[in-house]
Amino acid sequence: MTEVVIAGIGQTSVGEHWDTSLRELAFSAIEGAIKDAGGLRPQILIVGNMLAPILSKQAHLGGYVADFCGLTGIEAISIEAAGASGGAALRQGYLAVTSGMVDAALVIGVEKFTDMVGSDIETALSTSSDNDFESVHGLTLTAQAALLMCRYMHEFDVPRDGFAGFPLVAHTNGARNKNAMFQKAIKPETYIKASMISEPVNMFDAAPYADGAAAVVLTRCELLPEDFPHPLVRIASSATASDTMALHDRHQPLVFSAVRLSVERALVHAGLAREQINLFEYHDAFSIFAALSLEASGFADVGQGWTFARDKTIAQNGKLPCATFGGLKARGNPGGATGVYQAVEATLQLRGQAGSNQVSFANVAMIQSLGGPAATAVTHILTKIG
Amino acid sequence: MEVPRHWRLKQQRYNLTGEICPHCEAKIFPPRDICPTCGEEAKSLYTFSGRGEVYSYTTVYEAPSGYDQDSPYTVALVKLEEGPMVTAQLTDLGDQPVEIGTPVEMVTRKLRSDGDERGMLVYGYKFRPALRA
Repeated sequence: MTEVVIAGIGQTSVGEHWDTSLRELAFSAIEGAIKDAGGLRPQILIVGNMLAPILSKQAHLGGYVADFCGLTGIEAISIEAAGASGGAALRQGYLAVTSGMVDAALVIGVEKFTDMVGSDIETALSTSSDNDFESVHGLTLTAQAALLMCRYMHEFDVPRDGFAGFPLVAHTNGARNKNAMFQKAIKPETYIKASMISEPVNMFDAAPYADGAAAVVLTRCELLPEDFPHPLVRIASSATASDTMALHDRHQPLVFSAVRLSVERALVHAGLAREQINLFEYHDAFSIFAALSLEASGFADVGQGWTFARDKTIAQNGKLPCATFGGLKARGNPGGATGVYQAVEATLQLRGQAGSNQVSFANVAMIQSLGGPAATAVTHILTKIG
Repeated sequence: MEVPRHWRLKQQRYNLTGEICPHCEAKIFPPRDICPTCGEEAKSLYTFSGRGEVYSYTTVYEAPSGYDQDSPYTVALVKLEEGPMVTAQLTDLGDQPVEIGTPVEMVTRKLRSDGDERGMLVYGYKFRPALRA
């Protein structure tokens, strides 16, 4: 199997892009990625997107994006896995290149939340849950996170401000990321006083949904241009796993089994040990997801994930830096684009191009994209070459 | 108006009818054709008692469309006494604070209306604190 390297990366800022359509947003990131890759032309385009068919009344995004970006004629498809759509699209790009079937793959994650406003967005998001037995009861994704957080705090005696460290660290890092939606650090007092969205999830426990597009070009080493200007970054491994669709069907609701499985598979495939991971871009759509991801990924013991926030283990200079560019909480949560933003950010870290967000000795990065409360988990491990 | 979808589910919604696995006796709700416990085929119907307890709960302030008229409302994970867990709203709470472990029982209530006056009403299970004799 062929080694897959990241030839180019591109991203738009994450925010409310009222003036920009779905097409234009995608093009912006794609243009950046192809230029960064020295003009390398892909044979396949994979679009990661969650909700365009509902929010923009636009499906069939493979053809849609390829057409607008001047790539008509190439293989183009769209991949959906709820919030993990970006990670899942990246995996498809990886499979295409590692199989040797294509020379270069272009992966684009794009989402436009602002094509609708208000309760229609919550309704669209609830398509990530089991419609017949979860959404019909008025359950939102935020309410699902709240059910997990309520039970977790009860079982493990977590104080009311136990999760504050997650948004605090995210915002501190986001403040240095010019593409982040929120570029302002927050104070601990702000967390305690924040209003509830779905008790106990408050405004700072939930990442903001926003528009954004991020793209990567994947290829094999020999096809990189002679004068390729960047340190080489490879996708060392890639793994996807699934869990029961509905939260109520979980064997142990507080254990993200799909995360555990995908991490185990990714580590084995990369031939790496957990201790070798220098930074972790987790799917902090909600602070409880960050805690549960740290546990299921094997970094924290069960019931201890929240202490990584309390003790600032996840800070830029901590033992396991997370959300290094702000994470979903501060960089923003552009739905299906998120997984690809994580790949772009991890690549910047491994290339040493992360500026004031740079994590020291960044050689191995783990990125992880979740669909729903981890009914789907996609984990990638990226490493620096040489 | 999603009539066929809701019509198909009326046994589950009004009656809490699930399945019992003929191989390992596990009770299953909602019905699925493969037993999640032993992996064998499970298609024998089983009606649950409707009794359970609160595993977790939350009060929703930002509701999806169709539910905003009832917000804020409390939605919970209810562990049925036979084993399976369901997602449902809690109702008839009055001034009672909900707690993890509160015993509850099933009732049939309106889940939502489909928008306009001529839209479909969807009914189904909700749970209220178990009434003591």
